[in-house]
Amino acid sequence: MRLDGTTVLTIVLMGLVTYLTRIAGLFIAGRLSLEGRAKAAFDAIPVSVLTAVIAPTLLTSSVPETLAGVVTILAAFRLPLLGTVAVGVASVILLRLGLG
Amino acid sequence: MSLFVFAGGAQFAAIEIWTFPVPVFALVVSTLLINSRHVLMGVSLRPKLHALSGPQRVIGCFTLADENWALAERRATVRPISPTYFFVMGVVFWANWVVWSFVGALLGPVLGDPRRLGADFAFTAIFIGLIVSLRSGPRSGAVIAASAVTAALVRAVIGSPWHVLSGALAGIVATAVVPVDQARPR
Repeated sequence: MRLDGTTVLTIVLMGLVTYLTRIAGLFIAGRLSLEGRAKAAFDAIPVSVLTAVIAPTLLTSSVPETLAGVVTILAAFRLPLLGTVAVGVASVILLRLGLG
Repeated sequence: MSLFVFAGGAQFAAIEIWTFPVPVFALVVSTLLINSRHVLMGVSLRPKLHALSGPQRVIGCFTLADENWALAERRATVRPISPTYFFVMGVVFWANWVVWSFVGALLGPVLGDPRRLGADFAFTAIFIGLIVSLRSGPRSGAVIAASAVTAALVRAVIGSPWHVLSGALAGIVATAVVPVDQARPR
């Protein structure tokens, strides 16, 4: 990737739209008051976003990823975060070696 | 790019479609779509940042990203988020990203395919750990199922990056079908 004017401009624009997405939520949330069902939907955001990001990798990419995902989920119920990551990475390496 | 954009998913996608001449519009729109999840993250985090002033929130959220956001959400389930906690975590995440991006650019040709080291799966494993620690009872099960199935289907049928936003929204909508009293333990 060369550092010419267009490259720099593109990166700056990417940075700007990204920052807009980061602060937009703050201003939207300031105007909401939430109770009952709306509150429940609100509370579901963290788990829902995280799941949507990784689900395709786990469910549709390949067999080693899916199996390593199962191992990692089991580990996550027993281990702290770093232990979970170590188990996940180790299991995906082994499964990729084993299953090709 | 790591300095200004600081968004892994969008940066990886950008590298994939980066050609000459630079497709500026496609890159910016793809970045906007992939990062639209930040809007949901900000909405969710805003009430938990009441210890920060308005300007502190607007500046602090420059470093808002999946991992430090999720850690802040987890922190908020235990104790209130202080300005110090939020800023130090943001700076540490940002500095890490910039330093290791630079090291990666230097060492990339030597290391070869990162898949060989399982490095790509570390990201997935972190997310699994965070989801498990953030979940709360049977309601989260419905959210996870709806989000996962929708995201996987949309990714397969329509393609990236649409799966993130559609899956996230499906999970949120799923809360509508689970009884409300179950969600509010008193």
